[in-house]
Amino acid sequence: MIYSLIGYYSLIIGLIIGLSLFYFSYKNFKNSNILDTKILSFTFLQLFFVVISFLCLIFSFVISDFSNETVFNNSHTSKPLFYKISGTWGNHEGSLLLWLLVLTLFIFLFLVRTKNQPVKYKILTLVFQQIIIVGFFLFLIKTSNPFNYIFPIPTEGLGLNPILQDPALAIHPPVLYLGYVGSSIIFSSVLAATSLKIISTSWASHIKKWILISWIFLTLGILLGSIWAYYELGWGGFWFWDPVENVSLMPWLALTTLLHCILVLEKKSILTSWVIILSIATFTLSMCGTFLVRSGILNSVHTFANDPERGLFILVFLFILIFLSILIFFFFHKDNDRKSYSFFWLSKETAILINNWFMMYFLSVVLIGTVYPIFLDVVSSQKISVGPPFYHKLIIPFLIPFLLMMAIGPKLKWIKSQLEDKIYLVSFLIISILLAFLVLKNFNQNVLINTILISSALYLFFMTLRDFFVKKYKNISQNIAHFGFSLLILSILFNNLFATEIITNLKVGETFENSKTKIVFESVDQKKEQNYNAIIANFFISNQNGEEDRLSPELRIYNQPVIATSEADIKTTLMSDKFIVINLVQNQDFFNVRYQVKPFMLWIWLSVILLSLGGIVSFLQKRS
Amino acid sequence: MKNKILPFSVIVIFGIIFFIFYKGLEDSKIYTPDVNIKKEIPVFNSKEFFSGENVKSLSIFELDKFYLLNIWSSWCVPCRQEHPFLMNLNLDNEVNIIGMNYKDNLKNAENFLKELGNPYKEIFIDLDGTIAIEWGAYGVPESFLIYNNEIIKKYIGPLNQELVNEINLLIK
Repeated sequence: MIYSLIGYYSLIIGLIIGLSLFYFSYKNFKNSNILDTKILSFTFLQLFFVVISFLCLIFSFVISDFSNETVFNNSHTSKPLFYKISGTWGNHEGSLLLWLLVLTLFIFLFLVRTKNQPVKYKILTLVFQQIIIVGFFLFLIKTSNPFNYIFPIPTEGLGLNPILQDPALAIHPPVLYLGYVGSSIIFSSVLAATSLKIISTSWASHIKKWILISWIFLTLGILLGSIWAYYELGWGGFWFWDPVENVSLMPWLALTTLLHCILVLEKKSILTSWVIILSIATFTLSMCGTFLVRSGILNSVHTFANDPERGLFILVFLFILIFLSILIFFFFHKDNDRKSYSFFWLSKETAILINNWFMMYFLSVVLIGTVYPIFLDVVSSQKISVGPPFYHKLIIPFLIPFLLMMAIGPKLKWIKSQLEDKIYLVSFLIISILLAFLVLKNFNQNVLINTILISSALYLFFMTLRDFFVKKYKNISQNIAHFGFSLLILSILFNNLFATEIITNLKVGETFENSKTKIVFESVDQKKEQNYNAIIANFFISNQNGEEDRLSPELRIYNQPVIATSEADIKTTLMSDKFIVINLVQNQDFFNVRYQVKPFMLWIWLSVILLSLGGIVSFLQKRS
Repeated sequence: MKNKILPFSVIVIFGIIFFIFYKGLEDSKIYTPDVNIKKEIPVFNSKEFFSGENVKSLSIFELDKFYLLNIWSSWCVPCRQEHPFLMNLNLDNEVNIIGMNYKDNLKNAENFLKELGNPYKEIFIDLDGTIAIEWGAYGVPESFLIYNNEIIKKYIGPLNQELVNEINLLIK
C-alpha cells in the first residue's frame, strides 16, 4: 500500500525532473563552456527516483501486497521468493519500469563517463535521451501504471505464468534489456553528433564502447532466452523463428553491422551514413519490437498483454522518433564519402562493406518474415504464417560467401592490400572442403549445399584458429568473436544434420527398442513442491555403444494459475545432449515420449559465449 | 531539387508503414469468415495419409452430414495450439473431421499425431499445396465447415473455444 504510493509519486517526480531537464539543457546549451552541475545532479535524481520506484514494486511483490493490481495479476503467496522478485519484470507494467530504469541509468553513466567530447554534444545527447525517457514516463503513468490500486483488497493473487517460473528466464529480461534499451544511448548520441556535425574518428572510438556494451548484453540476453526455450518449451529446438525471437534478433543484426562500421569509421573516417542509419535502425527496431510484442498486433507464445491503447501510444511515439531522426539525418548530414574516398576492391573496408550488405540482407529477410503477415492481413485480409522453412531457404545459401568473407577479410589491410601467403589461404580451403566431404560421406548426408556450407564454416574455423598462434594477439577480440561465430555455425549445422529422434507412446513398464537405442519406462513418482505438483517418469536408456543413462522428465501442474507444463530432462555431455520429454495424451493411459540425441548442443551455447567474450575483450582493451 | 526527393519519399514510405500498423491495431483479432460461403466443394484426387491409397473427394464427403475439413501441418505452430480443440470437437462425434495434410513431411506429420492425438476421421495428403489452392485456402491452419457438399463457413487461422462453440451451434 505505502510502497505503491511511494512508487507512484517517484514516477511523477521523475517525469517532472525530465521536463525540467529540457529547460536546464536549453539554458546551458546557449552558454556552453562547461556542463552545468545542475544537469548532472538532476539526471542523478531522476535515476534515483526510478530506482526507488522499481524497488517499491519489488517490495510489493516480496510482501505480496495484493492491493497493487500488478502484484495481484502476476503473483501468489505460495510462490518462492526468487520468483516473486523475478515476477516484477515478468509482466507488462514491471518490464516497462525496467525499460525506464535502463534508460535513466545509461544516460547518467554516459554523462559521467564521457570525457574529451564537446559540452554541446553531451547536452544534446541528454535532450534526445530525455525525449525518449519522458515518452516512456508518460506511457507508463498513463496506460500501464504498475501501482494501480484495487479495492477491496484481494486475499490472494492470480499467480505467475508457470513457463516464466524459471531461473534462466528470471534473469533473461534484465540482461536483454541492458542490450536492447542500452542502444537508446547510441541513438541519442548519434542524433546529437549528427546535428553538431562532429562525427569523426575520435567520436567513433568514444561511442564504440557503448555499442560494445549493448552488443554484449544483447548477445547474452538472446542466449539466455534461447536456452530457456530449449528446455522449457519442450520441442527440443533452440530457435523457432517466433516473431518475438525475431524482434530481438533484428536489433542484434543491426548492432553487429554497426559495430563493424564503427571500426571502419574509427580507422578511416568513412561509412558515416552507415553508422548514422544503423544507430537509428538499432533503437527503432528495439522500439518496434516492444510495439509488436506489447500491442497484441501479432500472436505468439510470448505476447501476454493485448491492449490496443498501449499499442497506439508506442506506435505514435515510435514514429515521432523515426521522423525526428529522418529529419535530422537529411537536414544536417552531408555525405562526403563519395568525393574524398574510393574503395579499392581488395581491402579490409571493402570486405567489411560486403559483409555489411549481407547482414542487411539477413536483417531484411527477418524483418519481412516478421512484419509482412501483418501487412498482408491489413491490406488484403489474407492470413499467412511464415515458418522456419522460409528463413532457412533464404538465409542459409547466403551464409557461404558471408563465412568466406569473414575468413579472408581480417587478413586484408586497410586501404589497399595484396593477398600474401596465398599458399596457406588455398591449402586451408582445400583441407576444409576435403574434411567436410569426408564427414558428410561418413554419415550418408551427401548433399552438395551441406558440403559447401560446412567447408566454408570449417575454413573460417581453421583460419581463426591459426591466428591464435600466429598473429601474436594483435587483434585478439576480433579473432575470438569470429572463431566463436564459426563454431556456432558448425555446431548448428552438425546439430541439425546428425540429430536423431524417437517418438513413441509408452505405458509404465513398457520398453521401446530399435537397432540403436533401448528405452525402458521404469516407473512413475510423484512430487509436491511449493508452487506445483509433479509427476516424474523414470526412464532407463541404453544405446549400442553401451552408454547407459537414467533420465527423469516431469509433468508439472502449477497451482497458481493452474497450468500443466512438461519439463524435459536433459543430460548434457561435451559432445551431445540427450533430451527426453513426456506428454500426457488425453483420455489415454500411456505417455507420449519424445527422445532426442542432439550432438554439439553445448557447443552452440559455448560458441555464443565465446562470441560475446570477443566483445568483452574488445571492451576491456585500452586504446592503442 | 533532386536531393529533396529522397527525404520526401522516405517520409512517405514511413507514413504508409505507420498507417498500416495503425490499421492493424484497429483490426480485431477474431477472424470473420466472409468468403466462399455456400460454395460447392471442389472435386479432387489425392492419397490417403496412412495407407497411401488413392482417394477421391466424392467418396469422402457424403450428403446430409456435417464435415469439418481442417488443413494442418506438423511445422505449423498455430496448428499445435488448435489441436486440442479439434480433439475436443471430435469427442461429440456430430461432425466428421477430415484432415488435409499440407506440404508436410509424412514422418513429422505422423509424429505430430502420435504426440497430440488424432482427431481426424480421414486424412488425405496435399503434398504440393495444389488442393489447398483449389479450396481457396490461404495457409495453415484453416478449416471449412461442409454440409451437403457445400462450404457453409470458413475459419482462417487456429480454432479457439469461441469458434468451436460456434461450430457446435451450427451443426445442431
